[in-house]
Amino acid sequence: MGGRIKIALLLTPAMLVIGVLFAGGLVSAVVQSLGYLPAIGQTEISLDAYREVLTGEDFLDSFLLTVYVAGASTIISTILAVLAALVLRRSSGRLSAIVFQLPITIPHLVAAVGIALVVSQTGLGARLAAALGLIGEPKEFPALLYDRYSVGIILTYVWKEVPFVTLVVLAALRGVAGELEDVARTLGASAWQRFWYVVFPVISPGIIAASLIVFAFTFGAFEVPYLLGKSYPTILPVMAYNEYRDIDLTARPAAMAINVLIALTTAVFAALYLRLARNLGRG
Amino acid sequence: MGKGAGTKRSNVGLLIVTALVTLPFVPLFLWAFAGEWRFPDLLPTEWSPRGISYLLEPGGRVLGATINSLLIGVSVAVASVVVGMPAGMALGGYEWRMKGAVIFVILLPILVPPLASTMGIHLTFIRLGLADTMLGVFLVHLVPTVPYTAIILTSIFAERTGELEETARTLGAGPWQAFRYVTLPEVAPGVAVAGLFAFLISWGQYILTLLIGGGNVVTLPMLLFSAASGNDPVVTSALAIVFALPAVLALVVALRYLKPGTLDEGRGFVGLGKVS
Repeated sequence: MGGRIKIALLLTPAMLVIGVLFAGGLVSAVVQSLGYLPAIGQTEISLDAYREVLTGEDFLDSFLLTVYVAGASTIISTILAVLAALVLRRSSGRLSAIVFQLPITIPHLVAAVGIALVVSQTGLGARLAAALGLIGEPKEFPALLYDRYSVGIILTYVWKEVPFVTLVVLAALRGVAGELEDVARTLGASAWQRFWYVVFPVISPGIIAASLIVFAFTFGAFEVPYLLGKSYPTILPVMAYNEYRDIDLTARPAAMAINVLIALTTAVFAALYLRLARNLGRG
Repeated sequence: MGKGAGTKRSNVGLLIVTALVTLPFVPLFLWAFAGEWRFPDLLPTEWSPRGISYLLEPGGRVLGATINSLLIGVSVAVASVVVGMPAGMALGGYEWRMKGAVIFVILLPILVPPLASTMGIHLTFIRLGLADTMLGVFLVHLVPTVPYTAIILTSIFAERTGELEETARTLGAGPWQAFRYVTLPEVAPGVAVAGLFAFLISWGQYILTLLIGGGNVVTLPMLLFSAASGNDPVVTSALAIVFALPAVLALVVALRYLKPGTLDEGRGFVGLGKVS
């Protein structure tokens, strides 16, 4: 009995922080999304903001862009990470640890600025193309920033996330997968057979878990698209922020409704991830 | 033969990965010291200390912003450890029902972007006079940092058995003495890592500071963002390097002092990329 009270007491500070600042903030966002804003004399509860947001063309454009950016970043990062892990698993752990930890620790903003200076129309890439005689003018270099396909944003995310996914895959590879593969090798399995029938099934739960995190993160992240994205359509968090910044306070419920939708979507991915992670822990 | 070829392929792979990882830093370092660097030139034609003197300008904005970032980052780190440690003890040291649900709740602010909750709480902060203040910014930074310190310290406490504390208690030590002289020294490295994480996450925050600080609390990412939206790559690059510095330093320190393996194997700094 004393144990239960002790655990409750130990959990209290963290639960207070998360309960008040995070959960409280989310509840407040939900309340405001329902149009309850006494500050501007609105006390009627309605789903108008959701109706307005969900039927608007802006939202659909932003939603599709967000899914595209998050999806493309996740898929590209995951594929490159699996390839990198397979190639790198026999390299020195120390050096690869440094090389991989660097993009993970570097803030997204720095990554975005660095990538922008590489891929912009007067960037390192364009200068190299000019030196090779491929282009004469900066504008002949493809526009990779503020562009339709969000190439700069996706490249920044890939640069940041590949090391994260690679480390997860490497951990799985260096564990059981390596031993099983040796067994398969002695039994005469080819390289492809070893990968597809032995290694991949072992590492795939880790890969799925890591890509769920990457998707949830890139779906809800703000900075990189705000800096490198074009002005319409924007990804959902930027759209929410723009609505929020609107001087007209009647736009507030719409901003909050977008926020709530982002939170719900990412929470679903969080739940999927945790379920998977728990099964991984058991298995 | 197979092993040798594999190692060679590994080394070539590592070389390519290293090149790709360092590539974005190349223009940052060149621009930071560039005087003139016109389009088709591959390297700057003139060098200049303008970027550096912008950073060091006495009474300049960079110095003030750096101090703000440090103040907020250090206090967030300390507070997150203080709040996260008891949670880590409860989650890592004991078995109880509903633990899975509590872990879910603690992890949620890492996976659900804190942007939504921060916009939601902004009105309340305005009413309480916390908006546009360092204190307000400090408070919202705790949302992404406390989950990390709690989870890191959970794994630290999970590796311990608690036998030493029991011995200390049988020998007559009080609960506080046992914690102070037995538990704390043993978990100190883990606490340091957790604090470092929390500092780096706070240091990297842009949007939470912008929302709650409202432009009154100027931290380094604010300056970097406005520089990056403008048209001066020299100043932008100089700021970006300063902004990246603590992350690089932390990595060096961690790799030097932590026991090998702490940073490998998919642990270590892995989660950090998600919020910074």
